[in-house]
Amino acid sequence: MKSLVYIDHFKGEVQPASWEALGLAKSLGTAIAVVFGKDAEAVAKTALEYGADEVLLADDPALEDYRGETYASTLSALASSSTPDLILFPTTTRTRELAGMSAVDLNSGVLVDITGLESEGDPSTALRVIATRPIYEGKVLEKTVCNAKPQFVTIRARNFPKAAYEAGRAGTITKVEAKTDALTKVEGYSATEAAVNLGDASVIVSGGRGVSNNPSLTPPNGMDEKQAELWRAQQGFALVTDLAKLLGGAVGASRAAVDAGYITYAHQVGQTGKVVTPDLYIACGISGAIQHLVGMRNAKLIVAINKDGDAPVFKQARYGVVGDLFQILPALTEAMRKKLGK
Amino acid sequence: MKIIACIKQVPDSEAKVKAEGGQVTWGDAPLVINPFDEYAVEGALQQKEALGGTVTALCIGPESAKEALKHALAMGADEAILVSDPALANLDSVGAARILAVAIKKIGDADMVIFGRQTLDDGSGVTGAQTARVLGWPLLSLAASIKVQDGSVTVDRVIEEGRQTVSGKLPAILSVVQSIGEPRYPSFMGIRKASKATIPVWSLADLSENAPASVVARTELMNPPSEEVVCEIISGETPEAIAETLADKILAEKVL
Repeated sequence: MKSLVYIDHFKGEVQPASWEALGLAKSLGTAIAVVFGKDAEAVAKTALEYGADEVLLADDPALEDYRGETYASTLSALASSSTPDLILFPTTTRTRELAGMSAVDLNSGVLVDITGLESEGDPSTALRVIATRPIYEGKVLEKTVCNAKPQFVTIRARNFPKAAYEAGRAGTITKVEAKTDALTKVEGYSATEAAVNLGDASVIVSGGRGVSNNPSLTPPNGMDEKQAELWRAQQGFALVTDLAKLLGGAVGASRAAVDAGYITYAHQVGQTGKVVTPDLYIACGISGAIQHLVGMRNAKLIVAINKDGDAPVFKQARYGVVGDLFQILPALTEAMRKKLGK
Repeated sequence: MKIIACIKQVPDSEAKVKAEGGQVTWGDAPLVINPFDEYAVEGALQQKEALGGTVTALCIGPESAKEALKHALAMGADEAILVSDPALANLDSVGAARILAVAIKKIGDADMVIFGRQTLDDGSGVTGAQTARVLGWPLLSLAASIKVQDGSVTVDRVIEEGRQTVSGKLPAILSVVQSIGEPRYPSFMGIRKASKATIPVWSLADLSENAPASVVARTELMNPPSEEVVCEIISGETPEAIAETLADKILAEKVL
């Protein structure tokens, strides 16, 4: 099977799941990496180091910023001339659109955010893939196929092994034409809403409503009840953040915590937020609404800290502590710090 | 300003959704407007309030989906249209985009079409972008705020790496995220108006369209493997002792 693999990057920073898509393509046959951007040669070279058989590079000032229309036109032209069986993407905000739009151009279809993939029949001769994807927020799984070529497939981060990396590995980088028919203009960018990438995180420490329940804290004078609650929540999330930082992980949150205004939506795990599959998930002060559990239950190891021993979160957790997170969490951070020699 | 909000009807998020006999079932849980699409309606109503004009709610679905459209009407949409045809039962996202594009043209003179970021059922989150592609209109997706001026629309959009400001000429396709603002509750007057509303139903014949050939097909439906997790509760004399034991347990699992 011949695959194009779209390497998704933002200003040269590659979304790590791109290398998982490349690894998957290599396991299926020929894997040709596709890189778009301005001055994106470094990304193309990295794709070769991750084992791409070849890289197709559209390097053009018009492609400096991702825009659905220019990127889709460039990809569709490329796919028409190179006739792949499959085009693989890591699932990101950009690739959902890009894959979807290019599928319109080429009268094909798109299988989005898949977690499993098999080739139909003998892998050496197969031309069609069968994808597994969670639907209804992960409550049900479907197997699904695309009965047209190329098959557009975006993969969920951390569900497929990364391609092997070999520093200095060289290969062919072929320049291809960029399509520059833009309908939109990128006016600006700010990283203010601290970038949270839960999908790629190997460790997530999450806080729920419980993080604002520390009775031993006295809020500064002059705060009304809601301000005091938010202030308490900030102190609680500081403890969550300490442990996340120590473990090189990301900070997650339950919907209840997000709805209460404790933390931004970008941190939300579950249902209307994000489905995550980290190696370690530590839930602090989260009782475990079904939506949250669906969002995190595929983590390799789940630890729950909650004062209510009957909280549903313990039904998904491998280890649990029934206790006061404001005491347990700092102690755990300290114990981990010592044991990890940090 | 003529604004269209595209919505879908889905099982309530609290529903116990299961695979049963090759079908997705949700017991007697109610069908509701897709929660993300409530934000689309909210965004559309905000723009109507700021600029004047009308909001039309548009939905592809079975007859029962009129209830979702009534919710949009009760929130304040001026009219609602249901596209419904037995031949649209297994529509894939490209097919849905092609049908929506035809319906948007039939409604006519739209300045903005607003989608939610994704649906709770399929969750692909691609239909808005695909509709923009079919129509050849600018796509301004994942908007946290919308500003219209001099025939152009500018949005602040939320992406993995932060916020990006993007503009394009009207007519345009937008999608919105939760930051656009909490969807308003239907007012008493709104509910009364919605209950009396007649919602036009357009068939494929009304759109002068054939059913699009859906190339994406489901071959199997499964329930996720239910892993019986036995939780080991860590206890100890002091928080420090508990933390010590828990840290050892975590490290022994070799996940770090």
